[in-house]
Amino acid sequence: MIRYILKRLVMLLPTLFGVVTLVFFMIALSPGDPARVMLGERASPEKLEKLRADLGLDKPLIQQYGLYLKRIVHLDFGESIKSGQDVMVEIKARYPATIELALCAMIFATVLGVWIGVISATKKNTWIDYTSMVGALFGVSMPVFWLALVMIMIFSVQLNMFPTGGRINMRLYFTPETNFYLIDTFKYLFQGKPEYFRSALHHLVLPSIALGTIPLAIIARTTRSSMLEVLKQDYVKTVRSAGIKERRVVFRYALRNALLPVITVIGLQFGMLLAGALLTETIFAWPGIGKWIYHAIAARDYPAVQGGIIIISTSFVLINLAVDVLYSVINPKIRLQ
Amino acid sequence: MKKLFKISIVLLLVLSVAGLMISCSKKEAAAPAKETVAAAPVEDSKFGGVLVFGRSGDSVGLDPGRETDGESFYGSTPVYDTLVEFVPGETAVRPALAESWSFAADGLSVTFKLRKGVKFHDGTDFNAAAVVYSFERQFKEDHPAYKNGPWKYWGYMGMSDIIDEVVADDDFTVTFKLKVKEAPFIANLAMDFAAIVSPTAGEKYGEDLASNPVGTGPFKFVSWIKDDSIVYERNDDFWGGDVYLDRLILKVIPDATARWLSLKKGEVDVIDFPSPEDLEEMKSTEGIKVIQQAGLNVGYLALNTEKAPYDNKKVRQAMNYAIDRSEIVAGVYGAAGQPAKNPLPPTMWSYNDDIKAYPYDPEMAKKLLAEAGYADGFKTEIWAMPVARPYNPNGKKVAEIMQAQLAKVGIEVEVISYEWGTYLDKLDYGEHQAAMLGWTGDNGDPDNFLWVLLSSQAAEKPAGNIAFWKNDEFTDLIGEAKQEMDVAKRTALYEKAQVVFHEEAPWVPIAHSVVSAPMKDSVQDFVLYPTGRRVFTKVWIKK
Repeated sequence: MIRYILKRLVMLLPTLFGVVTLVFFMIALSPGDPARVMLGERASPEKLEKLRADLGLDKPLIQQYGLYLKRIVHLDFGESIKSGQDVMVEIKARYPATIELALCAMIFATVLGVWIGVISATKKNTWIDYTSMVGALFGVSMPVFWLALVMIMIFSVQLNMFPTGGRINMRLYFTPETNFYLIDTFKYLFQGKPEYFRSALHHLVLPSIALGTIPLAIIARTTRSSMLEVLKQDYVKTVRSAGIKERRVVFRYALRNALLPVITVIGLQFGMLLAGALLTETIFAWPGIGKWIYHAIAARDYPAVQGGIIIISTSFVLINLAVDVLYSVINPKIRLQ
Repeated sequence: MKKLFKISIVLLLVLSVAGLMISCSKKEAAAPAKETVAAAPVEDSKFGGVLVFGRSGDSVGLDPGRETDGESFYGSTPVYDTLVEFVPGETAVRPALAESWSFAADGLSVTFKLRKGVKFHDGTDFNAAAVVYSFERQFKEDHPAYKNGPWKYWGYMGMSDIIDEVVADDDFTVTFKLKVKEAPFIANLAMDFAAIVSPTAGEKYGEDLASNPVGTGPFKFVSWIKDDSIVYERNDDFWGGDVYLDRLILKVIPDATARWLSLKKGEVDVIDFPSPEDLEEMKSTEGIKVIQQAGLNVGYLALNTEKAPYDNKKVRQAMNYAIDRSEIVAGVYGAAGQPAKNPLPPTMWSYNDDIKAYPYDPEMAKKLLAEAGYADGFKTEIWAMPVARPYNPNGKKVAEIMQAQLAKVGIEVEVISYEWGTYLDKLDYGEHQAAMLGWTGDNGDPDNFLWVLLSSQAAEKPAGNIAFWKNDEFTDLIGEAKQEMDVAKRTALYEKAQVVFHEEAPWVPIAHSVVSAPMKDSVQDFVLYPTGRRVFTKVWIKK
């Protein structure tokens, strides 16, 4: 098992190298002059020239690439052009928010999605099945920003059940440490101030649902078709004929195998959530990394864009690794291949 | 696998039960946790309360010398003061940290008498040394804090071409020695980049002063969570009288609709940049009021006077008659704009309101075109900005409306656009025939519009004057005004210059945008500044 994981880790290196290289050339070859963006609309040519030299933009591309690789190896993404801050520091200030939101969205999507999928499969071609699959179709095709705004309008403004956005009630005096608010506010529970944790949790509900809706629908559909496939198989029939209760047959014997393709989907979706939380973060004023990268791209903040994309791609690749490992735990045959 | 599933189910259950509990209690939104707010002094009912300002983006940094964007200045303005400041809601300046100032007879030096007894938030004294520190760090390359730059606005404003030296005559007197006579100089000192920072804090934090601002302003910096919020508390020792709010929070809510919903629900007290479609609803919502002011900007269509047919004054005037500004404003700016007739915005001092705008008159346009020898019209290009700007939210749409209007007088328009950086580059070198652009003023001085955009000097490539209009009479007038220290005389000169501009018509002035700030009824004495500042010094909340 350990050998398998190590082997997979080594295999990651070329992937990451490819990502790093692609990011560099994609950005370097994209139109627009970062020096111009930084210095404003009416900068003088001399000043533009000087800044280009300072940023190394006047060097040949290959030389720029070499310097870039050297820095990446040391995990040094340089300084953000816009803020002058270390890119790693900027990422650290924002990434936890995105991870926290994506995790909650994923838990919501997985638990509900698997459950709906299983129910649909076992009640195939009943109204329950139809309803949930129409619902899933609806979920997949719903624009996230629209869903998010409608949810705010109904659940926040009209029904006054949830806050409209943010991570915690701003009027509470709160300084985060880890930037995972559920963790940061946890200690207040024991200091007789439950409102901190409650507020953090409260703020997570709507954005998690908004962000989790599409993965939920995809997971539900995958679970259903995979489950139908498994339920047809001989071993299930055998188990059934042994007189074991249907519930047990479904959840104990069938689901375990049916979940294999679902896990892959969950992994992929999770990776996509990390990268694609832009709209949800924007509407719910969630201070994560999505909008930061978007702005970095708009401002042609090279170092920030590079750092941001590399961190996200790395997370994506690592999640895939985790999925593969999980996969091999459930199905040892994979390891042998 | 089963374990994982169980764990997930338990987690979800916990989450949903907790969510349900919270939503049932519904306390949070209704009653913000009061115990965390400092008790208000009782002597004045204006005191007390937390104001949350919902804005669209975060500050890049909080050192006003280093930053260039409005959102950054929003973040530094509460903390810092300048030697002189804008009168609330106007572009005129008044004393602030300097009690008075006087120019030398030759106009080449100006001496400031500083306010005594003012303290920085870190407890150190404000004095002449602090003023010298705040300025020298931006241009003396051997200054220990110079390396903390880049000092971008210093460069934008060409301050190194104006200032020779900043000298402390005694503890409370500072003299600026100038290289040139420059009337707008005082207005420059009211801008954010001229804020006075604590030298002690500057030495302590170095480059990190940008995240630990220390000034003399009405509010002290407390904390900053990136992309989320900046928190300030009242500076009880503020030199400028009472500050009423206990705390001020700048909260980032990027989406305009979400900002509005958040105001509607009462989570924030004032919001920035409402989307124009929501304005009517906001005005009619109970408990909400909207204040508005014409922005200090102008959007225009520059006619390249170096190229035919725009080298002909009659053609330029014909363009002005043929374009219906009110249709453009109605179609693109909505309630957030007003048609322009001058190169200066109406809130600017010396705006010449006696000038009659060119009316929409296609017949007159045709007549002028015939006189100019273009009875059958002509073919032309109109360049449209690819990005939304405060002075023009949608360049392409404006171009299309113009295209339709000009077709009626026989002018066939091709609309052209480039990527923004390329667009500006090409304009600077005059590759266009007619092109849209605009300008937002930042020091409240007419010179900041007229000289940069229309003087003969600014027509040298790369040009700020993208009409490449070189009119000696006009340039002489604004040049004289630049060197004139008497405001009444300057006003007269600028008014005259606008008459020349109107007659010569190097541009079709399109519009000035209108800035709106929706807020709760309870928010009192919040004033919009034409320069776009957000100032909370005298704001209070009616209880």
